[in-house]
Amino acid sequence: MSAANAPVSRLQPVLGLLSLPLRLRKLGGGPMIAAIVLIIIVIAAALAPLYIPHDPLAINAIYRLKGPSEMFLLGTDAYGRDLFSRVVMGGRVSLFIGVGAAVVSVSLGLAIGLVSGFFRVADSIIMRIMDSLMAIPSILLAIALVALNGPSLWSVIAAITLPEIPRVVRLVRSVVLTVREEPYVEAAVALGSSMPKILWQHLMPNTLAPLTVQGTYICASAILTEAILSFLGAGVSTEIPTWGNIMAEGRLYFQIKPSLIFWPGLMLSLCILSINLLGDTARDLLDPRLRKREA
Amino acid sequence: MLGYILKRLLAVVPVITFVAIFVFLLLRLTPGDPAAILAGDAATPAQLEKIRTSLGLNDPLLVQFGTWIGQLFRGDLGISLISNIPVSDMVGQRIWPTINIALMTIILSVLLAVPMGVIAAWKHRTWADYAVMSFSVLGFSVPVFVIGYIFIQVFSIELRWLPVQGYTPPTEDFGKFLSKAILPCLTLATIYVALIARMTRASMLEVLGEDYVRTARAKGVSETLVLFRHALRNAAVPILTIIGTGFALLISGVVVTESVFNIPGIGRLTVDAILARDYPVIQAMILLTSAIYVFINLMIDVAYSIIDPRIRY
Repeated sequence: MSAANAPVSRLQPVLGLLSLPLRLRKLGGGPMIAAIVLIIIVIAAALAPLYIPHDPLAINAIYRLKGPSEMFLLGTDAYGRDLFSRVVMGGRVSLFIGVGAAVVSVSLGLAIGLVSGFFRVADSIIMRIMDSLMAIPSILLAIALVALNGPSLWSVIAAITLPEIPRVVRLVRSVVLTVREEPYVEAAVALGSSMPKILWQHLMPNTLAPLTVQGTYICASAILTEAILSFLGAGVSTEIPTWGNIMAEGRLYFQIKPSLIFWPGLMLSLCILSINLLGDTARDLLDPRLRKREA
Repeated sequence: MLGYILKRLLAVVPVITFVAIFVFLLLRLTPGDPAAILAGDAATPAQLEKIRTSLGLNDPLLVQFGTWIGQLFRGDLGISLISNIPVSDMVGQRIWPTINIALMTIILSVLLAVPMGVIAAWKHRTWADYAVMSFSVLGFSVPVFVIGYIFIQVFSIELRWLPVQGYTPPTEDFGKFLSKAILPCLTLATIYVALIARMTRASMLEVLGEDYVRTARAKGVSETLVLFRHALRNAAVPILTIIGTGFALLISGVVVTESVFNIPGIGRLTVDAILARDYPVIQAMILLTSAIYVFINLMIDVAYSIIDPRIRY
């Protein structure tokens, strides 16, 4: 068994991840505030159905484009729907898209990257495909995918995920390429460990730290991309409110009621700002060398 | 050097080939029938069949692909299903606004971002550094179109300094071109500046710690010269790389900005084509933008050896 030398290098990244919350405490104000803002947004979004004052889909022609009042905290949109309820519920969907895209692209990218990094034959083919996927401007690829597959939530997540996968694959592959020469991997190969076991137990843990960082960035950029897709008319249909499609609808009435773009835009920006700040912090904490690799 | 360029050019071939296959399959394998879109809702099955035959949609996939590639090599990008105009003409009409805006943005961004990054690194951990870093994190976090609308609201509606939307070719009236292009360029530049300034700072921080920078300072070279001649030149490779990879961001920004400011460029052309499922235009535009992206990054790779003589191929 390779247990004699493996555990240290294998467990280190895992331990690093686990102790992240502890180390976060020692940080300065910025990341701390970011963490608090993000937690508030996530809780507010998660509990939204419990406290929203109106049905976010309830159309009410009498109350079109009203200003803030006791009845409608932030006023109403062009269909008389309550903006506050829509923004809160929209946050739920936007966050789901962000986390969903991050989880899916990281898992798929991890699987492809491990194989690509370890098997030379597969590598050249996989990397050519990944290079060409990266060459296609991601936003065009995403609109095309949504336009062709219909504006469902899943098709939007898939459209945002696909262009991100090559970037994850490259990252995982670069880690695998450096680690596969380590003595403990050689030892595992020599001892006849099965290939899936080597990939999973010896190589995969090394990718966890950089993937966590990459995952946060993907999450942030997925939320942004969703907004851009909605804006261009290729987003989730408006029966499911997202920060993006609330703004996209609001832009027609921008000159009359800028708050239709302002509030969802503010929430979205705050959310992305926090995620990015935490991602930067995690990157610096987990592995200072990453800064060079990212470049 | 020439050998290197040739080798890199050859490496582009498989990438572009895969992009072509991918774009082709993407449109063929998804639900939705271009013939049905062309014919409209009232079409009879016989009419649909006729359109399919005339477009070659009934041929086997491989034959369709071969026909398309053959046309591409003859410089024929196909004909729009919707306007019946050759795609190459459509691109020719609409590429100039995009090129003008994109060029202006790149120049503006580099002129702003590089000094910002240099100052941030030079004044590391001072308010100037924090200001630049805050701007760069913020620039990543606000959607491009929100920035565009904020600019329109402030500069066009409240202050009435600039026109709200539209585009005038510079050849027609340069003053008007500038007044209409400033806001789109600033909007586009925000994210690009954020990206370049961040990379410039990181790269400069590394270089400023080097021995030769200390030596240059010790022998009394002026600080400006140290920063821009000794340090920046050595920090240039990652900065150039990010300008190249950031080009992808610029493309997505162009698409959005053209919609916000109502500019008749190829970004809008592409989005409109995708939403209308104008297959020949979609194929051509995705292939074209990918090719531009790949070639720009190729040119940047070649530029490394000019900027940094340590890199030899």
